[in-house]
Amino acid sequence: MSRSTLNRYGSKGTAIGQVRGLGSSHEGAHHWLQQRFTAIGNLVTVLFLAISLALLPGYDYATMREWASGVIPATALALMIVSVFWHARMGLQVLIEDYVHTPGNKFAAIALLNLATIGGAAFGLFAIARLVFSGAA
Amino acid sequence: MPRAHGSLREEPSIDTQRKYPAMAERPLSPHLSIWKWGPHMLVSILHRVSGDGMATVGLAVLLWWLGALASGPEAYDTFASVMGSPIGLIVLVGISWAFFNHLSSGIRHFVLDIGAGYELEVNRTFSIVSVASGIVLTVVFWAMVLLV
Repeated sequence: MSRSTLNRYGSKGTAIGQVRGLGSSHEGAHHWLQQRFTAIGNLVTVLFLAISLALLPGYDYATMREWASGVIPATALALMIVSVFWHARMGLQVLIEDYVHTPGNKFAAIALLNLATIGGAAFGLFAIARLVFSGAA
Repeated sequence: MPRAHGSLREEPSIDTQRKYPAMAERPLSPHLSIWKWGPHMLVSILHRVSGDGMATVGLAVLLWWLGALASGPEAYDTFASVMGSPIGLIVLVGISWAFFNHLSSGIRHFVLDIGAGYELEVNRTFSIVSVASGIVLTVVFWAMVLLV
């Protein structure tokens, strides 16, 4: 440790003092950036869904299906699925890391989280594909 | 004023406390049991509650909606009747509020990310605006659903 780092970040005697000035460790910055990028994706695609739903004349099966199987809505919904499940996985990961401290339980919780979010996203994409390719009613 | 020695959590020695009585009463960190509600605290808690609420309940309803649409009119009618019931409507209003609240406080996070909005008054005002905007946007959304 150079003298100037010690002067800038203070004593090395405390737990926080030992890590100050060393830069980030692990994958925090990557996680942080991806959370922001997917947040922007959510902002655009979920707002598209919300505004579209608000403007639809009705919410019966025929109206809803006709709207959702259109090229632009179906594409937006598919992109939304990827973005929201990705973002939700990252958010729930932070929740787990904050509250589950036993290493084994944390590993298991994140493994389950991966299954649930990747499985959920796959189901959503499959439903949209089936809606579009089975021919609009 | 003498500089505190060692870590912040360390109690000043009895000698030090006798010599400088004020040090015995200085705030020691962390004071986890002494706090009061503030807008910045509320907006932070609501950001997590609305985000994790959407990640669990919101995504489940989204998948049910898409799956029902893909399955046909009968499955969709089941979905629509459950969601049209009083409890279903509470869930839908809750999800829409969660989205608009998370959107508003998420934009606040983007502003904080660029290093702006940390002044006490600005931070307080922006926190109140975030929470209020989540509620206002939810009302506007349902007004459009019901009226348009």
